[in-house]
Amino acid sequence: MPVITLTINDELVSARTGQSILEATRDHGIQIPTLCHLDGLSTRGGCRLCLVEVAGSSRLLPACTTEATEGMVVTTHNDKIDRYRKMILELTFAERNHTCAVCVSNEHCELQTLAAELGMDHVRYDYLNPELDMDTSHERFGVDHNRCLLCLRCVRVCDEVEGAHTWDVKGRGINSRVITDLNCPWGQSESCTECGKCVEVCPTGALFDKGVAVGEMKKEARFLRRILDGREKNQWRR
Amino acid sequence: MAKANKKIRLATAWLGGCSGCHMSFLDLDELLIDLAEQVEIVYGPLVDAKKFPKDVDLCLVEGAVTNVENLELARQIRSNSKLVISFGDCAVTGNVTSMRNRIPVKDLLTAVYHEAQAPIGAESLKVLPALLKKALPLHQVITVDVYLPGCPPDPERIAATLTALLEGREVNLEPQMRTFG
Repeated sequence: MPVITLTINDELVSARTGQSILEATRDHGIQIPTLCHLDGLSTRGGCRLCLVEVAGSSRLLPACTTEATEGMVVTTHNDKIDRYRKMILELTFAERNHTCAVCVSNEHCELQTLAAELGMDHVRYDYLNPELDMDTSHERFGVDHNRCLLCLRCVRVCDEVEGAHTWDVKGRGINSRVITDLNCPWGQSESCTECGKCVEVCPTGALFDKGVAVGEMKKEARFLRRILDGREKNQWRR
Repeated sequence: MAKANKKIRLATAWLGGCSGCHMSFLDLDELLIDLAEQVEIVYGPLVDAKKFPKDVDLCLVEGAVTNVENLELARQIRSNSKLVISFGDCAVTGNVTSMRNRIPVKDLLTAVYHEAQAPIGAESLKVLPALLKKALPLHQVITVDVYLPGCPPDPERIAATLTALLEGREVNLEPQMRTFG
């Protein structure tokens, strides 16, 4: 396997050709915060939290979608990057109505945890307080657009792992919404297999099991690795 | 010498919130006794003071700025306090108080005071302070020095924050102690 050498945080490290900066840094025990990324799903580069500095580039680049190359010089943490990451979280909080205190995912939310870890202790921007609805037409699950940050893990897991492609996106930019089928209520979706993978991979309380109260929605995305290993390594073949 | 022994003047304020943060403050339990030796509470729901006093050292502000009375008090707090602490999620983010922000004030008042079957009716609107167009986090109205998140912030967070401030240290809460919600 061809090996390349690059510099990450002033240290020479080796990586496999074709690896992203994110994969290369994680292989060396360096943690970069991520939100839309989920091991096992395709990369999206949507949340921008994994932005890193690459020598020679005037802009910060997302580590998940940027390929590690020979001789690359990467910085994963410094004041500028920390400032950008905080700013991204603030904008995420300002864009929709993430009211942690009354959210089903309170204390089990990746966005909430990241904000605390990265020291985002308040939002400097005006909250947009958009008028967003919930869809609870499905018998078992609900979607609350107030908590959605458009990571699109639901879209990817449904398409790439379950193979149903029930989820997709309508609209552009700030008006984007995740939708089921051709924007029909989830309960009327003909393609949904009710597998619940989308709920388990959702990082916030946007997708939830019906009937859970505040703080009761705990998610578990480890099934993904099990399914993918079984599929990719032919573990289920006799 | 007399000056060195002088107690720190602590104020608390209750803006647009549920008073849960103040309840959590009372849950400091025996720490309140230690605190009482170091500070004098000069204003807030816990003491009987009609006007926000001058020369306050620390002020814990609970709640979002949701009406004109809150706005006026917030400004008084800022001009008379050395350190202002956003105390709890409503002050820090707007939180539950700001969930009304997507509804026009007129519709809100109509639904609650005119149409609802409630003991308090439309006549009270003459005396209640006017609502602002939106409930705002405290830092959008005045400069805030320290943010203490949580709904409510549990007593451990309050203790850690107050201890640091009383000892003149910078507040540096552990990540698990600075989550919203």
